[in-house]
Amino acid sequence: MRQARKRLWMIAAGAAVLIVAAALAFTAMRDAMVFFYSPAMVAENPPPPGQRVRVGGLVVNGSVERPASGGANFTVTDGRADIRITFAGSLPDLFREGQGIVADGVFDEDARFTAQTVLAKHDESYMPPEVARALRESGYWQDGPPGTGQYAGPGAETRR
Amino acid sequence: MIAEIGRYLVALAFLACIAQTLLSWRGADQGGRSGAARAGAAAAEIAVIAAGAAFLLLVISFIRSDFSIAYVAANSHVDKPLLYKISGAWGGHEGSMLLWCWILALFGLGLARIGPKDAALRARAVSFQGLLSTLFFAFLAFASNPFERVFPAPIRGADLNPILQDPLLAIHPPMLYVGYVGLSAAFAIAAAGLVQRSGGRALAGALRPWALGAWTSLTAGIALGAWWAYYELGWGGWWFWDPVENASFMPWLLGAALVHSAIATEKRGAFPGWTVFLALIAYVLSILGAFLVRSGVLTSVHAFALDPERGVWILGMLGVSAVAGFALFALRAGSLGEGDGFEPTSREAFIGANNLLLAVTAGVVMVGTLYPLFVDIMGWPMISVGPPYFDASATPLLILAAALMPMAAFMPWANGGAKPGLKQMRAAFLLVPVAGVIIAFIAFGAPVLAVAAGGVGAWALCGAAMDVGVHWKAAKVRAARLAVTGRALAHAGVGFIALGGAADASRPPDIHRALAPGESMTIAGRSLTLEEVRRADGPNFMADRATIRVDGRSVVRPERRFYPAANQTTREVGLGSDLRGDIYLSVGEARTREDGVMAYEVRAAFHPLVWMLGLGAFLVVMGGGLALTARLMAGAPARARAGDGVKAAGTADAAQARAT
Repeated sequence: MRQARKRLWMIAAGAAVLIVAAALAFTAMRDAMVFFYSPAMVAENPPPPGQRVRVGGLVVNGSVERPASGGANFTVTDGRADIRITFAGSLPDLFREGQGIVADGVFDEDARFTAQTVLAKHDESYMPPEVARALRESGYWQDGPPGTGQYAGPGAETRR
Repeated sequence: MIAEIGRYLVALAFLACIAQTLLSWRGADQGGRSGAARAGAAAAEIAVIAAGAAFLLLVISFIRSDFSIAYVAANSHVDKPLLYKISGAWGGHEGSMLLWCWILALFGLGLARIGPKDAALRARAVSFQGLLSTLFFAFLAFASNPFERVFPAPIRGADLNPILQDPLLAIHPPMLYVGYVGLSAAFAIAAAGLVQRSGGRALAGALRPWALGAWTSLTAGIALGAWWAYYELGWGGWWFWDPVENASFMPWLLGAALVHSAIATEKRGAFPGWTVFLALIAYVLSILGAFLVRSGVLTSVHAFALDPERGVWILGMLGVSAVAGFALFALRAGSLGEGDGFEPTSREAFIGANNLLLAVTAGVVMVGTLYPLFVDIMGWPMISVGPPYFDASATPLLILAAALMPMAAFMPWANGGAKPGLKQMRAAFLLVPVAGVIIAFIAFGAPVLAVAAGGVGAWALCGAAMDVGVHWKAAKVRAARLAVTGRALAHAGVGFIALGGAADASRPPDIHRALAPGESMTIAGRSLTLEEVRRADGPNFMADRATIRVDGRSVVRPERRFYPAANQTTREVGLGSDLRGDIYLSVGEARTREDGVMAYEVRAAFHPLVWMLGLGAFLVVMGGGLALTARLMAGAPARARAGDGVKAAGTADAAQARAT
């Protein structure tokens, strides 16, 4: 009797917490899931304006513009299409032309991307997995030995 | 030559671990006191000495800047200050793996020397620890050799990543690894207990000090990492729900659950199976963490460079450890026995609720961390799961757990039904400061979760104060007093962390402004004046140092550094701290403003009460340390009480149980 009652209590409490947690996780996941778009995907099928998305690619050489008012504008590419990105904050110290970056933000009506965050990696030889995959899909990725795959699309020779 | 000796030592340690596993296993079969058991312990000693010597050789290679070793060349530079030459030894993958292995071996030796009292159980645990070490030493010897030669040897070296050149980061990884790896000892004892068919209570008693020590160290390691992220990354955050942080947070959550459930199992025999399961899975999640950090599968701000081969190795080790542990558990969990029953208002029930919430939180964090990986493997459109998910799912669960926490200390074991006496009724007054804090947060326009966290933080602080007030006098023995103090300190630490986190979540937005020398800006009611920017070069970097005066009084000096060896720019944040919080300043590059004046981009933020986070973490670590000390002083209470219920030696909780 005692054991049974104890079990019942534990199971009831456990089930209640699990259900609440699952509900929390599910609703939170729906709101917080951010889809990644490569430039080619945006060109084919752009996400609705105002939806929070992640984009990524290589920063095009010579595309970085730093307006006097602060922030930066630059273009990322996967070799097939480009995205122009506007960023109001200060760029990460590791941000460099030719490097793979990922940016979080929204597209406006004119397909300009306004980034809220720009992620560049601590390690300059690091390629974000999303970007590596986008480049592989665009056919401009050369798989090398582990950790040394590299971009092989247009302009590859100018990127170090 | 050093590299060859180092390589040899690693191989020797690997073989010693195999010997440790096999000999100790045989020794345990013979009752744990035979020659085989002693030989197993000796093998553990050899592994420790060999791995320690290898690590020392690596450090020496760093000090000598021996760039013929690939790992040294990749992580050091002739111009680097000595401290960072030394810390470079564990600043990259291979070296940190060597450190990890050495700590594994140390825990093996620790188990052999001061492990469980039962000789057979001890030998069996040493054997399991040997197995876990063997896996990692194999990885080190065959796939992550830190002594790999490079030819021709570079002259200068590539330099340790500049943002890792920080005193805090020099001690953060060792602390973290003692935590991660320390959980292996709990795993080994749990698995050994299942093989030996030890009873749940004895087993919980045997593994509790190890779990407590490991978890305390893990707490310190994570806290140091968060502190470092706060001032070094220059984004002003201390927790980003980044996959790498989550990788350490999951074992931490389960470790926290374990150190509590082990108390209930040891004292009352409650949920023995769950405690053993936690001990097994906490270490498995440590390995999962190593996988997430080192394989480069996830987009993370602190990822090591991509290396799928490493990932496969670590997944293999994860698989072997998990299969061994859980298969044993499935076969033998029945032998752990059942505890006495308890009522819903007993301390067991509260510890159970705490465990449920912590474990579910770990599950929720795991889903958010692994889901993007799963989606990637399935080839679906790639996604990322960011902080909004974790804030909305994990944070409320943790707030709820913290809300229940202060009450647990006042619940009697077993029958529960705490009948509040007049004295305890005074506790109602504690609701006054709690309400005050909640009102203050609302008045500052804090977000809902921050209000809740702030209230819970104040509630936890009041509860901890009352815990000491009520239980200190009742505890007759020194160990019992230590235990009460440890518990109250750790719980107060949680309160401070909740308060500090809530305050930081309610902070005003950051301000970016281009300032020319002489100009000012205002944040949180304080004026900041950029006085000058001048060159301040260091041994291996060039720097521009800004002087910013806060409110016309104190001076803060953020820097912008360029490390030529790594070709990398970093920002050194300037902090102006007082009791209200931190003024957080970083300075960007100079550029010509619209009006034609040369100006520096200054980023200013105000982090209210952020010191509470540091204090809270410190208190949790202190509390854990005191609890461990009390536990070691008290000996094994389960056995003491079985003999004589009211013996004075009867330890911390026997005294407490009578008192409450």
